This record gives sequence, structure tokens and C-alpha cells, in this order.
Amino acid sequence: MLASLLRRLIQAIMVILAMTIIVFVGVNVIGNPVDILINPDASQAEYARVVAHLGLDRPLWQQYLMFIQGIFHGDFGTSFVYNKPALSLIVERLPATLELAISALLIAIVVGLPLGLYAGLHPERMSSRLIMSGSILGFSLPTFWVGLMFILLFSVQLGWLPSGGRGETASFLDASWSFLTADGLHHLILPALNLALFKTSLVLRLTRAGVQEVLPQDYVKFARAKGLSENRVIYTHVLKNLMIPVVTITGLEFGSLIAFSVVTESIFAWPGMGKLIIDSINNLDRPVIVAYLMMMVILFVALNFIIDICYTLLDPRVRLDTKGK
Amino acid sequence: MANLLTVSNLVTEFGGTKTAPGLRAVNDVSFALEKGRVLGLVGESGSGKSVTGFSIMGLVDRPGKVTGGRIIFDDRDLIGLDPEEMRRLRGKRIAMVFQDPMMTLNPVLRIGTQITEAIQAHDPMTKSAARARARDALGLVGIPSPEERLDAYPHEFSGGMRQRVAIAIAMLHHPDLIIADEPTTALDVTIQSQIIAEFQKMAEISGTAVIWITHDLAIVSRLADDIAVMYAGRLVETGPVEQILGDPRHPYTRGLIQSVPSQNQRGHRLHQIPGMTPSLTRLPGGCSFRTRCGHATEQCHTIPERTDTGTRTYRCFHPVTEGL
Repeated sequence: MLASLLRRLIQAIMVILAMTIIVFVGVNVIGNPVDILINPDASQAEYARVVAHLGLDRPLWQQYLMFIQGIFHGDFGTSFVYNKPALSLIVERLPATLELAISALLIAIVVGLPLGLYAGLHPERMSSRLIMSGSILGFSLPTFWVGLMFILLFSVQLGWLPSGGRGETASFLDASWSFLTADGLHHLILPALNLALFKTSLVLRLTRAGVQEVLPQDYVKFARAKGLSENRVIYTHVLKNLMIPVVTITGLEFGSLIAFSVVTESIFAWPGMGKLIIDSINNLDRPVIVAYLMMMVILFVALNFIIDICYTLLDPRVRLDTKGK
Repeated sequence: MANLLTVSNLVTEFGGTKTAPGLRAVNDVSFALEKGRVLGLVGESGSGKSVTGFSIMGLVDRPGKVTGGRIIFDDRDLIGLDPEEMRRLRGKRIAMVFQDPMMTLNPVLRIGTQITEAIQAHDPMTKSAARARARDALGLVGIPSPEERLDAYPHEFSGGMRQRVAIAIAMLHHPDLIIADEPTTALDVTIQSQIIAEFQKMAEISGTAVIWITHDLAIVSRLADDIAVMYAGRLVETGPVEQILGDPRHPYTRGLIQSVPSQNQRGHRLHQIPGMTPSLTRLPGGCSFRTRCGHATEQCHTIPERTDTGTRTYRCFHPVTEGL
């Protein structure tokens, strides 16, 4: 158990290290930030001074080593635009993205799981076919378009919900959260729904596929032969087996939920990390881009790790045993 | 003595609609079983013996459906019985053991959970009481240190041990009837004998009647009081085990017995029934066995009626009489 954990940890560190190189080099080839930062009328001397100040006059490998050195001191560089540490800029925006992503995930599970279960248990019903067709729409409609339609319908036409911003926030654990106030919650609904759409369809289809795979199994028939109630058969015997793939995939998808909240955040002017990264890319604010990408890498690696552990808890057959090999 | 179970003219179809008949996996099957007796239901793969078992349990998978006949269990017709009533019978008075012990236990639930839930489904009691009973049940089927094994998962058991667990579960409520669907087929020969002995012991203790579904005549000869031979969805011959095995009337039964290797003389070619089991989609009209039968005549193009001699029945125009 311990050995396999250690092995995973080393693998994770290698992945992160490889990503630093890719990210750092990649960001360096997309453009020269000084051209954007500096006043176009500035003199040649002024230009050189800015370049030297940002450390961009050094060779790439030296910049990289400085960057790595910084990481070990918890310093991901200083934003060119805001002149603040990139990391603290991102962490400031983290709660907004986090609450958006978690709300979306909750919606996806609360809506997708029961619907998928229903569609799997009663595949011949008209309502099930309707659900499955609906999930195809959820998969294929582009998020940005659906977001715009939401605003058009619920904000402009009906006037029920605000079209953007976080609304009122309340402070909790040194961060401000929208979901703690009625107004903030009001603002959260549309973007969360928008972000949840794709994942809901995913959870729904995974659940349905799982039900159809588990139902014909002998152990389900045997459970019925024991005289168990239908509820017990479905919610214990079927659901427990079903949760293995559903938890694995939704867990992994949580990372992409955070990473790809960019689109939703832009449409609903949600001041989260996604909005920050788009702005930073436009300004070629290298340290922020690099820091953000590094955060995402670490997030994905960490999620993978957590899911592996969840997986072993759910499925007794894959417990990381010490007896085997 | 009144029959515990009387199946008459049972028909189970797959994929039938209101206008078109489906495939008849079980076709006009009738037999009766007295309390405490063992019936061997014999036939090749696909002959409909498992579907017969599931029809009695009310567990035929969609799109299969019981479409005709009656299954009288203890004076009640199980066909069309209210689902909740049926649930109360299942596991309590009619139990079933499946073929593949690797597949019958839920891989993500502890053995203890799977036993206690079966207890509590019929006898409401506290968790600890159910657990104590589960432990005793495991001990009874010869599982060592049952207390610890309750917390184990199915994959930590061998195939034979899992089948013992399945038998323990089936016997929990001392049912009147157990349907054993080839419970030893997937096991080693040595384990087979142990499981059969286990079954006999358990059935004897609680006076349970058994329908033992198998294709293995050797097992049936050791175990059963009566035999029912099934071919392509129909019962072709039924009767007491000595009579059927010693002096079969139906050519198919005869062929089946002759195919057992020990019946053949050393150095001679093994006896075979020519041809193969017809697919249900392409059954010959009349007697389904006629295309493989040496005795078939023009008459066999109509379905032979059941001949009932009082002790045995068979469906054949040209019963074999010369013995084996």
C-alpha cells in the first residue's frame, strides 16, 4: 500500500515537472508581452529598461531556472499587468470558480443520476427516449450558445435572473462566496446551469449504460430470488456497482469543469479564474498564465490521486493489497 | 399425498407480440412434485430447463414472458400472482441456486450483508440477530470460521465456497422448494460431490423438495427420485428415476443415456445422437426430435400426445421397448 502510494507520488511529481517545461516554453513563443505593456511612444532606452526589469533579456533556460527556483519558495512570478504575485491573483479568484464548478457538479449529479437510472430501468418508455434524446442535445449544443440563449430567455425576455456578475457575496474562511447570500445565489443559477449542461448529459448516459450493464447480471437475479424488495435490489445491488464508473468519471471531469469554466465565466462576466486567464492571455501576462496552468496540472494530478483512492473504497476487488505481487 | 407443485401446460415465450407468437422456450410443460421429493430436470443446453425454473420463480428476463398454463404451488397459482405476494414467496418458500457461483454473489457487497438482507427481507429482526443467524447458516454449510468470513467479499472465496454461501442463503428460511440450476456444473469434480452432499443434507433437514436442473445424468441417478427429460422446450419423458434410466421409452432419452461415456464399452466409439439440437427459430414441425430419430415415420409430423401409464409419461408414437 505504502509503496504503491509512493510510486504514484513520484509519478505525479514527474508529470508536474514535465508540464513546467511545456508550459514555460509554450508561453514564451506566443508573443512578446513588452509590446503590449509598454506605451507605443516609449523610447528605445525605456523599452530596454522594461525588458531588463521583467527579466526577459536573459536566455530562456535561465528564465526557466529562476521560475523553478521561485516555485520552491512558493513564488510563481509577479503579474506584469497587476504587479502582484500571480499566485495570489489566482487564489483570490479561486472561490468564484470553485463555487461555480461545485454547483455545476451537484446539478449534474442530482439531475443526471436519477434520470439515467430511470431511463435505464424503463428503456422502452416514451419518457426514457425523450430523456436520452435530450441528453444528446446536452452533449452537442455548444456551451457558449446555450449560455447566450439562457441570458436571452431568462434575463432579457423574462427578466427572472441577472445576466452576469456574482451579486452580493458573504465572507467565509477569508474568501467571499456568492452562494451564502440570496442575491449571490440568484446570480449563480444561470452560469451553474450552463456549466452543468454537458456534465449532466454525461452522468445521465453513464448511469443508464451502467444500469443496462448491471441489470442482466446473475447477482441481480439472485438478489431478486432471495425475495428482496425492488428498492433494495435497485438502490443497493445495482446502484453500488453502478457507482464505480460514475464516480470515477465524474471525479475526473471535475477538473475539466474548473478548467473549462472559462467559457461560462466569460459569458456571464463571472469574475473567476477562467475570466482571469482569458484576460491574462489577451495581455500576454506570462506569469499569470504559467501559474494558472501549473495550478490546473496540480489539480488534475491531485484529482486522479483522490479518485484512485475512492475507487479502491468502492470496489473491494481492486483494494491495493499487500499480498499481491 | 397432495402435490407441493403442479405445473400444467406451461408456456414461456420470448419476444412474442399480441399477433405473432414468440419463440417458445418452454412449450406445454406439465409435471408435479411432491413434498420432499427430488426431481431431476434433464436436457441439453437450450432445451428450456433453466427457463422452466425461472418461470416458476417469476424471474423470466424481458422480453421473455409466461404466456400460458398454470403453476400451482401450495394451492395458489403463481402465474399472475401479485408481485408483492410473489416476492414474499421467493427466498422464503421457493429458493433458487444458480449455475455460476462466480456470478451469483454481488461483488461489491460483503457476504454478511448479502446473507442478512435475505434474512431481514422475510423476518424483520435486529441487525445483530440477523448477523448471528447468518453466521450459523455459514457454519452449517461447512465454511470455516464463519464469524470472520461474514466480513469478507465474494472474491475472497473460492468457487466451491461461494456455492456453499449461495446454498446457505437459499436454505435460510427452510423453503419448501429449491430450484437448483446446474449448481455443480461450474465446479471441480471433487467439489461437485461435496456440494451435492451438502444439498442432500440440507434438503433432508428441512424436508425441502428439489428441482435439480442439469445435463449430467450421473448426478441425477445419484440424487433424484424422478426425472423429467426436456427437448426443445417440451418434456419428452417423465417418471421415476430407475424406470427412466433403466428402461427409457423415448428415443431421445435413450440416446442421452447411451451418450454417457461409462455406458459405452472400452475401445468402442462413443455413442452419439446424430445431428444437433435444433434452434428454436427452426424447429421441425410435429415431434421436434424426428429429424434426429431413427424411429421417425410420417406420423411424427404431428405432435404426439402425452402417453400416461400411471407411473410415467412420454410423448412418442414409437416408444422404445427393448430396454438398454
